[in-house]
Amino acid sequence: MSDKSSENLRAQRLLLDALRHPDELPALSAADWDLLLRVARRTRLLGRLEVSLAIRDALAKIPERAADHLRASRNVIKHRQTLVAWEVNRLLWALADIDTPLILLKGTAYLLAGLSPASGRIFADVDLLVAEERLDEIEARLLARGWFRTQIDPYDDRYYRVWMHEIPPLRHRERGTEIDIHHRLLPKTSRLASSPESLFAAALPLSNRRLHILAPVDMVLHALVHLFLEGDPEEGLRLRDLLDVHELLRNFNDRPDFWSELIPRARELGFQRPLYYGLLHAQELFATPIPASLTAELAQLAPRWPIKVLMARLIRLALLPEHPDHPRRSAAIARWLLYARAHWLRMPPALLSKHLLRKLWLRCQGGRKRIDLAQLDLKQQ
Amino acid sequence: MIVADLTPDEFAERLTTIGLGIRFGPFKLRIHSNLPTFARVAYPLYAPYPLLSVDHLLDFHIQISSPPGLRRWLRRQACFALDGHFPFAPYTVEHAFPALEWGINWCIATRAHHLLLLHAAGVERDGRAILFPASPGDGKSTLCTALIHSGWRLLSDEFGLVLPEDGRLLPVPRVIPLKNESIDVIRRFRPEAVIGPSFLNTRKGTVAHVQPPIDSIRRAREPAWARWLVFPRWVADAPLSLQPITKSQAFLMVASNAFNYDVLDETSFRLINAMVRTCDCFTLVYSRLEEAISALDQLDRVDHV
Repeated sequence: MSDKSSENLRAQRLLLDALRHPDELPALSAADWDLLLRVARRTRLLGRLEVSLAIRDALAKIPERAADHLRASRNVIKHRQTLVAWEVNRLLWALADIDTPLILLKGTAYLLAGLSPASGRIFADVDLLVAEERLDEIEARLLARGWFRTQIDPYDDRYYRVWMHEIPPLRHRERGTEIDIHHRLLPKTSRLASSPESLFAAALPLSNRRLHILAPVDMVLHALVHLFLEGDPEEGLRLRDLLDVHELLRNFNDRPDFWSELIPRARELGFQRPLYYGLLHAQELFATPIPASLTAELAQLAPRWPIKVLMARLIRLALLPEHPDHPRRSAAIARWLLYARAHWLRMPPALLSKHLLRKLWLRCQGGRKRIDLAQLDLKQQ
Repeated sequence: MIVADLTPDEFAERLTTIGLGIRFGPFKLRIHSNLPTFARVAYPLYAPYPLLSVDHLLDFHIQISSPPGLRRWLRRQACFALDGHFPFAPYTVEHAFPALEWGINWCIATRAHHLLLLHAAGVERDGRAILFPASPGDGKSTLCTALIHSGWRLLSDEFGLVLPEDGRLLPVPRVIPLKNESIDVIRRFRPEAVIGPSFLNTRKGTVAHVQPPIDSIRRAREPAWARWLVFPRWVADAPLSLQPITKSQAFLMVASNAFNYDVLDETSFRLINAMVRTCDCFTLVYSRLEEAISALDQLDRVDHV
């Protein structure tokens, strides 16, 4: 085996072991900590390590320098959580007389509902789901109350509004926190698109009754759809999103009907494949407890043989972090293929080729991607 | 071991192979570079800094190298990378050294959130420190450089690193980037100061780096307590003025000049509150370095009486 692949295996092993067996972290050598911190930062999981050590009172048992990095991450995460919770408070103020349920999505939901994936998780922005017919009213109100549209070119704006499942992000003038307002879980053009009405009907209110979260099965399915269909060719599939799914499944494990509703609901919404891949890899990487009674039914969701094997390999390559000093071409190709697949599922072929041609044209023109310094700084945690 | 224990060839070889392990105050770094121009500039400036073995737990793994792939043959550029990622647009290859130094600042400012990061220069004598919180352009680097060549020890020209547990300041005595006119001002003020080459037309104009006195680098692991908060401003031809200001004014000026006041939240409030309470706080307007230094020396002497 080449040095490169053994170094990559070591990096992956360190991270997965750290997530699965945090009790063993104090036994790591300084050199192991060096690599673990680098891969945990790259996958943005430093905060999870901090939480699992803190609840075991074990931060003093690891090298001081490593503990400093984890504390730094904890401080940033706590700060982001405060910002997100405050932004939701301000949204409620701004939308006080617009009588429509606001469904919190992803991290925002985990945080406000006090679900376990929130602990140690980094938050970028606030994600909301609202009824499509109320979008214009909500957007206009927010624009009047201090939020503004972040600068994007007219093509991108149209891209969002005509084809996507969310409108371009809004940002508050003073606070800088971004809000993503969705009206469905996947682009209107997506092959997996399903009508969002049943999500609204099943949503559950929080103690503030204007705020809702998705029903447990829908929350898990959304996390999976987000993981597999909203990737980034450079970042690959986000391991932290799969960890969210693992945590959610543990959260809901004891709920009566949760497991029996999961597969039928996935079929209803057209999300069988994301569910199949997600459960398969969560179990493999994090030993997620999945009832044995589900195995047979789950197997029916799998694609045919060659695809099944190929996808399992690609997903694993794109999920697991690389050694920062030894990037592999195979992982880059896997990330790109899965990104292309996600786009294929997001748009019909004619639209997709038009969209890609335009992106290619922009690239040839030498247009650099806009670097958002605030987002870049956040990624350091 | 310090960097000067390596020959220039060994230094350049480490940069291209296993990486150069080096310590700046509390931070341990590994630097890779395949640019001979970078190695030539960095060797004399980094000479007195402690050398580290790279099989350790390090804080930042950074790189300043020619662009990856085919681009290296098209343009002579230097790219800054952190953990294999390239966060910024490339620099011209001649500016590799200032680009790396600036990149290290960025690493500290975006990652070291276990500390309160004040935007301030700091110097120390007999265990008591003066902090100079200021915005860019107020002349804190110049004043700080003059002071450390006049009997004060350098803590930092950029970061007031405050330990959250007790409020002490951690030194991070790195080379100091002087800009434009300041370079000649310091050359005239202390002809013996060790100053690297001038880099023309950088994003901040002409930049040249001063190596701190050896004593500051040797004592990089001795924290200090802040005793004075001085807000400096250089104004051409202005008469010297050192005016006391209220604690509440000082609080606001320190807090608004911090990199991560909001991230540390209540801890920041507590630390800065304690700091302004124990410090004497002044604004300093000056045009001549000698006058400014003697006024600051005077503060120190009064304290001794």
